Amino acid sequence: MENSCLIKTVDLVKIYPMGEQSIKALNKVTLTFQKGEFAGLVGPSGSGKTTLLNIIGSLDAPTEGSAEVLGEKVENLSHKRAAELRNRHIGFIFQTFNLLPVYTVYENVEFPLLLLGLSAASRKKAVMDALEWVYLADRAKSKPSQLSGGECQRVAIARAIVKKPEILLADEPTANLDAENSHHILQTMEQLNEKLSTTFIFSTHDEKVIQYLHRKITLLDGRVAKDEIMKNAFLRRDA
Amino acid sequence: MVIPKLAWRNLLGAGLKTWLNVVVLSFAFVAIIWTQGIYKGLDYQASRAIIDAECAGGQYWMEKYDPFDPFTLQEAHARLTGKMEFWIKSRRATPILIVQGTIYPSGRIQSVLLKGIDPEQKILTIPSSILKQSSPELPALIGSRMAQSAGLKKGNMVTVRWRDAHGTFDARDIQIVQVMSTSVQAIDVGQVWIPIQELQKMAGMEKEATIVVVEKNFGHAESFPAWTFKSQDFLLQDLKNFVQAKTIGSTILYVILLILAMLAIFNTQVLSIFRRRKEMGTLMAMGMPRVKVIQLFTLEGAMHAVLAAMVGAIYGAPLLIYFGTKGLGFPGTADQFGLAIGEKLFPIYSTGLVIGTTILVLVVTTIVSFLPTRQIAKLKPTDALRGKLR
Repeated sequence: MENSCLIKTVDLVKIYPMGEQSIKALNKVTLTFQKGEFAGLVGPSGSGKTTLLNIIGSLDAPTEGSAEVLGEKVENLSHKRAAELRNRHIGFIFQTFNLLPVYTVYENVEFPLLLLGLSAASRKKAVMDALEWVYLADRAKSKPSQLSGGECQRVAIARAIVKKPEILLADEPTANLDAENSHHILQTMEQLNEKLSTTFIFSTHDEKVIQYLHRKITLLDGRVAKDEIMKNAFLRRDA
Repeated sequence: MVIPKLAWRNLLGAGLKTWLNVVVLSFAFVAIIWTQGIYKGLDYQASRAIIDAECAGGQYWMEKYDPFDPFTLQEAHARLTGKMEFWIKSRRATPILIVQGTIYPSGRIQSVLLKGIDPEQKILTIPSSILKQSSPELPALIGSRMAQSAGLKKGNMVTVRWRDAHGTFDARDIQIVQVMSTSVQAIDVGQVWIPIQELQKMAGMEKEATIVVVEKNFGHAESFPAWTFKSQDFLLQDLKNFVQAKTIGSTILYVILLILAMLAIFNTQVLSIFRRRKEMGTLMAMGMPRVKVIQLFTLEGAMHAVLAAMVGAIYGAPLLIYFGTKGLGFPGTADQFGLAIGEKLFPIYSTGLVIGTTILVLVVTTIVSFLPTRQIAKLKPTDALRGKLR
């Protein structure tokens, strides 16, 4: 089990200076995530969910403590090395989808592969596979503005998963979606988690998401208040 | 190749905004090449006309001759050297004798320069062969401006008075045998051309001249006592100064046009940095290094110049080729302001001008595009994703 540990945080502290005061967004957070987990960071606004995701995703560095992702210490990474880590091993899904508006669905999904320098043929195959996984192969030529919110989020999932990253971080992925679309999205992510063994980590306070989680980590005021395995999710999945 | 590909996608994806910038920049492109071509054409045409009609390959001046001081003319004549006479016989040079005189057209007095020229000469484009005609009257050739100012026409007789080498005044009638049309003022205004042999006799300056014009591509000019060689470059210096002064004016226009176009690009870039922060955050989150994001946005801006060159070529090339071939009509009075260019000006659009302008606009656009993108270097991915810019 020890070799399958992808992420490990030890006494993670993140402090944001706000004028003369400062806000402690994370306070001594110690967690580990194994390969293939489908875990969620749950808690009210300001509890530190997004901050923790950002540090795991090497978008931000901790003020104190240590965050080790795929064997790399986030706090020691240069900008370039952090970008490389994200490029090769981490996918992001955002609350507001963050699709590139001037690109087609195909081009949006292709983008991370362009950064990886793959050949045109490999890119095409990977993009079409990813679009098949999210049931959007027929919308490849559409622009984001021509898609519904649910479809946009599925494109964002395809974009995050196309390079088959070890870790996929989703920040409130269903916050802008209605109930039906939320369920579709979560089912898709759950399927991909099973199929590709990608580690999914969500930040959410949406009940619809929580019922899909296999592991729920509750954050309160920057601390881990509870870390529990969700039996219901496994039961639901088995059913 | 990823960055150019992405920049190209972004540029085309931005649609109308891109095309508006491109069109503005293409106007600047075409206007810069257009004006520079006009000045190049003006320089070339004026130089050509002056070389053909006045200075050819250069001139030997009698050492006391000063074209800006008419008082020197009394002394500014000397015997031709043997070598000069040889050149004249072999049609490699032609002498010109200049004597100050006065004409009396319609009872008025007008000061003129009597210029003696060999009717057989082929060095200058002055139609001197007309002076060969055998008539009892002394044949004279004048320019159209001279004819206008003196009220003279072809066939008119007019009395001319001059002072010979010994200081004696004399006078006789001359007949205007032709009024020549020329754009070169220096052979027209206040000048009366007559056969040199006649003028030498009239002035008592046998075998003497004031200047000796040598053929084009004359090669090395020898020195002779009492004569100073003035090269073609020296003789064209005034024109060069004039064109240079005009070029300064055109450069100001050039810079203004460029600044206007660059403002459009700069504005687009600044807006991009502010409006597309989230996009930048997304790119960084997907693993694009900061330096690549800067490259992408800079190249996106710089590519406006590439598109502008293409668009400019579509409408500019036929336009420039048309005027380069057909010429631009020039007001008839233009040459009175010192522009020896004739009725039509043919702009010259050289490859160097087009390539030089394209490179300049590309470089300036790239710099202008880069300046605002430096902000990206200070951008934290998490701030960018939230839409913040520090």
